[in-house]
Amino acid sequence: MELSYDIGGGDFVNAGRASSAVKGILKQLNISAVLIKRVVIALYEAEVNVAAHASAGKISVSITKDVIRINIRDKGPGIADIELAMQEGYSTASKEVREMGFGAGMGLPNIRKNSDTFNISSTPGEGTELEIINRLSN
Amino acid sequence: MKACPTEAIRVRNGLAEIMEERCVDCGECYKSCPVSAIIVEQDDFNEIFNFKVRVALVPSVLIGQFPSRITTEQIFGSLITLGFTHIFEIDSVVDIVQEGYNKMTGQKDEPTPRISSFCPAILRLIQVRFPSLVENLIRVKPPSDIAALSYKSALIDKGLSEDEIGLFYITPCAAKIASVKSPVGEKTSTVHGVINMEYLYNKMLHIILNGEASEEQHAAGDLTSMGILWSLTRGESRHQAGRSLAIDGISNVTHFLENLEDTENSQIDFLELRACDESCAGGALISGNRFLTVERLNGRARIIQNKKRQDKAVFQDKEYWLDPIPPRPMMVLDNDREEALRKLNKIEDLLKILPGIDCAACGSPTCRALAGDIVRGDAGPEWCVFLQELYLRNGKISLDEADRINSGIWGSEREYRSQIK
Repeated sequence: MELSYDIGGGDFVNAGRASSAVKGILKQLNISAVLIKRVVIALYEAEVNVAAHASAGKISVSITKDVIRINIRDKGPGIADIELAMQEGYSTASKEVREMGFGAGMGLPNIRKNSDTFNISSTPGEGTELEIINRLSN
Repeated sequence: MKACPTEAIRVRNGLAEIMEERCVDCGECYKSCPVSAIIVEQDDFNEIFNFKVRVALVPSVLIGQFPSRITTEQIFGSLITLGFTHIFEIDSVVDIVQEGYNKMTGQKDEPTPRISSFCPAILRLIQVRFPSLVENLIRVKPPSDIAALSYKSALIDKGLSEDEIGLFYITPCAAKIASVKSPVGEKTSTVHGVINMEYLYNKMLHIILNGEASEEQHAAGDLTSMGILWSLTRGESRHQAGRSLAIDGISNVTHFLENLEDTENSQIDFLELRACDESCAGGALISGNRFLTVERLNGRARIIQNKKRQDKAVFQDKEYWLDPIPPRPMMVLDNDREEALRKLNKIEDLLKILPGIDCAACGSPTCRALAGDIVRGDAGPEWCVFLQELYLRNGKISLDEADRINSGIWGSEREYRSQIK
């Protein structure tokens, strides 16, 4: 099953739409609540990242009986130092974003923690691409 | 059909059918059905006379339904006239419930937020729709159960034997009736019967207005203002440490829990969730206006606001905990994942051809629900009035067949069938 979603930069209202939809699907596939929660948290954090940092993003989700692959590609400033960005507590979020309760510097570490396989690549000035892969076997 | 938060209702042969495994007993259908097609199961009132000692367990909202000029003594008196021998105010035990909550707080590894299991419809909603949150439920029995247990042991201490005591719970709540008939988190229910408050209200009012109420009756139980307000919105949350939220109305609760599932750390410590708008004052079996009920209870609480409990609240570890609450997920399309995925793909394909206006003429509440029914084999695409026309036009089904399908949904006895020739 293939799904895709668009997210707008700065659109915190709709960030979470993709994770909600994916959650609805996984719940119908007899997957344990713990596994669903991992996928949903990782995807939600990734959506918020796009809303907080990028100008636009595209999410593609592919679900088979064994694995869920999520690809998030955004157009935005990109990440200059990925290693630094992966550290807990590090954030470049703006004051406005922090005032909304986001930007605590836990997003990327949290995504990695909740993924079985996590890949990140970025070109500064162009954008960032994440790949989140979770096995669905219980 | 559309009021149901778990899409459990289908119309078949002109009747509303409830899919039992999905139903959370919230009573929304009962409240909203325009033709009173939904009936709440209840015990025969005369069952109370099987016992020598007949205890009415009374929640505060019962008192709140009567006009202010009627006194609590008259209200309790009418219950004695009806045949009860003892009256116990359920909400006098909330200090014990709170004691149970206190025992839970501070425990490590306890998932947050902790969710109150006060409301039986919410408990079932979480089992069915949010199985990932069952671990968050606080496993303290609700006041009605603890009241029954503690008053029963008080009566036994006074020398009565257990088998002559009959405990009857007068309830404003459809889910409570269900939770006594099929308990969650308990092996058997503590009370012997539940009495529909709506049924009793008329009888009581009649007795009071005719001056037939037994005089100067008081209820047992040491009621404080905390108790009176406990079953109303914010009744629990205002007494909890840390950040607590109170949400009433099952659609509000559902929306909130959907969001809660997506975040790892909500930074909320306690959630009071109630299925009914204005909590128990808005219960399905409340006959009075819920806002007036709240106002009257606030008034009653103000009068006794400085009253303190006489004895210390003691939480009985042996009896007052609920058993683990199992998840009861209803969303799974098939236990075999490959098959479930195939069905899901078929649902998505069907949604591309269904009109998407959720008209419910097919007997399912939404187009998505119909698509689900089709893949389960409980309905066909030709049940959709829009698709049916195409099927007819292309000769895929006959007029007779269409007629048979439609009467299978809306019944063959409907009047229009003879009127339109």
